[in-house]
Amino acid sequence: MNGLLFLLPIALGLGLLGLVAFFWALRRGQFEDLDGAANRILYDDEEGPQG
Amino acid sequence: MNALSPIPAEAAPETTVLVVPGMHCAGCMAKVERALAAVPGVSSARVNLTAKQVRAEHAPQVEAADLIAALDAVGFASQPRSDELSKAPSAVKPLLAPLGVAAFACMNVMLLSVSVWSGAEGSTRSLFHWISALIGIPAIAYSGTPFFKSALAVLKRARTNMDVPISIGIVLATTLSFYETLTGGHDAYFDGVLMLILFLLAGRTLDAMMRDRARAGVDALLNQAAPGASVVSPDGALQWVAAADLAPGMVMRIAAGERLAADGEIVGGSSAFDQSLLTGESAPVAATIGATVHAGTLNLDAPVDVRVTAAGPDTSLAEIARLMDAAEQPRSVYVRIADRASRLYAPAVHTLAALSFAGWMIAGAGIYQSTVIAIAVLIITCPCALGLAVPVAQVVASGALMREGVMVKDGSAIERLATIDRVLLDKTGSLTLGRPEPDPAVLDRLGGDAASVALGLASHSRHPHSRSIEAALLARGHRAVRVDGVAEAAGIGLSGLWNGRKVSLGRSDAADGMSTTLRIEGRDDLRIPMVDRLRPDAQAALARLKAMGLEVSLLSGDNAAAVAEVAREVGLFGQAAADPAAKRAAISALQAQGRKVLMVGDGLNDGPALAAADASIAPGSASDVGRQAADLVFLGDSLNALPRSVLAARRTMRVVKQNFALAIGYNVLAVPLAIAGYVNPMIAAAAMSGSSLVVVANSLRLVRATK
Repeated sequence: MNGLLFLLPIALGLGLLGLVAFFWALRRGQFEDLDGAANRILYDDEEGPQG
Repeated sequence: MNALSPIPAEAAPETTVLVVPGMHCAGCMAKVERALAAVPGVSSARVNLTAKQVRAEHAPQVEAADLIAALDAVGFASQPRSDELSKAPSAVKPLLAPLGVAAFACMNVMLLSVSVWSGAEGSTRSLFHWISALIGIPAIAYSGTPFFKSALAVLKRARTNMDVPISIGIVLATTLSFYETLTGGHDAYFDGVLMLILFLLAGRTLDAMMRDRARAGVDALLNQAAPGASVVSPDGALQWVAAADLAPGMVMRIAAGERLAADGEIVGGSSAFDQSLLTGESAPVAATIGATVHAGTLNLDAPVDVRVTAAGPDTSLAEIARLMDAAEQPRSVYVRIADRASRLYAPAVHTLAALSFAGWMIAGAGIYQSTVIAIAVLIITCPCALGLAVPVAQVVASGALMREGVMVKDGSAIERLATIDRVLLDKTGSLTLGRPEPDPAVLDRLGGDAASVALGLASHSRHPHSRSIEAALLARGHRAVRVDGVAEAAGIGLSGLWNGRKVSLGRSDAADGMSTTLRIEGRDDLRIPMVDRLRPDAQAALARLKAMGLEVSLLSGDNAAAVAEVAREVGLFGQAAADPAAKRAAISALQAQGRKVLMVGDGLNDGPALAAADASIAPGSASDVGRQAADLVFLGDSLNALPRSVLAARRTMRVVKQNFALAIGYNVLAVPLAIAGYVNPMIAAAAMSGSSLVVVANSLRLVRATK
């Protein structure tokens, strides 16, 4: 029972961290252009499109 | 970012969004972003490939026109995003946050539930139930909103859809679980409810992704009309006037290669016009002073002055857009298979739950126990797998088609395509390539130096014949020789000097069909017939369509002789000289006989027919209107895309039906348990995830749907 007192908050906290990260990504518009993200990896130059 | 920018960083940045319809790959994205970033004053440029837009942050002194010019220099047409389009809502976006919340809550509650199932007792179980309630109830309230909203909306109109039983099930099961938690009871269904919401939201999101992809092409319709024209004012000055501001009486100067923005009458000059997008006619039409020309046609040869007779909503282009609007209405009545299933499903589920409640009451169980059993029935029958049955299959199938170069714009397109039994093909641009190609046999006979001279001349012109001769000769490995003093005479052709000899490439004197003549002083003239060839694999594709039990015929706007020639070549019957309204009428007539029609077309003139048909396919080379009106767009030249798409659609619907059978089969097994009162939260969770996994696995077989 004592172990639960630690483990439950840890488990929930980690899950919550994931949720916060997801919302952060959503707010930052990382899900706006999934097709573009899939293609961006194919840029063949080292420095990226914007120099 | 752009470290070399001379503009001081503290200048307030402005944002311009440009629509770039031509972008479709990583190379295009990189080119567009680099071109914009290289403009002085632009601090960043980022492409959104899904929306075909690029957003540039720049100093205030940079104008949108500078950015458009920079993109034009690397070969991309673009225009500033208009305000109406900027609001286009994404169907996926509002679902993502609920999906994330449901996934988070489902995982955590499931973690606690497993402990309860494996035998937590007394205060531990009570603690776990309380934590589950604490996570579950807010999460259910938030992530369930898409279903609650939709259910309320249809209930207000006194109708029902799939979301009504889902919402009722969610609310009842949550209330019951909360009651159990309060009273320290044995079973709480928070995990089951969250899992249900998670799976259903996943299905919705997949469906919405397909719809979003479809919307990417929607802004294209008005791009087809030139966005404006250079207007000659009475004092001779030229002024750019936007298409919306053109008024009858104005005189437009149309350069060669420009599209008309309004209908009008030629008052100066003469030229040939490519009307193929508007009428389906393959040969360019010559027009001179006094002739009427239409918006959307392409001026091929020489600059002309055109007095506007009709603009904006009065043009023939706008008339076609209106015809299309009218034609699309019957299609919007189509009820998707998932909705048809839910119409049967919702009453059945509710009746079953009500019957088990009544049955247990009669059998003497208390209100509490009867309610628990009725809710267990609702949860068990809640259509987890049914919610996934259609979207997963359609997304997998459209992915398979996309790898074959066929883009599916809408999930319901696959359903409609699977039912067709009649195919109508447009000729120019659909069955044929839609561009005049030099006869390969004649090109083979060209001597090396003759070919080089032809190439040297052709490379000076943007006329479609020159371009296709150039491309064909280059493909054969010929290299251009230097031709001096090349001049292009509008409507005549190109001429110049090669090693002191007069050479020319241009219009043939013989009036037998389309051809171009290469003349070299001191040699025989050489006539190069220009033919609009059949698409590769056309014969094989048509044969496969027939083998699939489909009746195929031609429906063309071109003249009878041209249609008859092609029809003989491929062995089809055909209707010629059909204008947009006639094409639409032909389809309506077939539909009135109960036929399900697939229209294959590319032009503006096919727009209404594509919209009216039960399903429609356009080649990627089609006009924007054609691509927008069609359900499917195939890239590349091969006509094999047709039988492949039909085959994939039929296979998809077979899998969808299997999915329904599997999902309902699971219910048939689980429902008696629920009615008998043996279902606990663990069995409910297992049944739900089990049937969903089976449905997803079955749908994944469609990865090979086009093979």
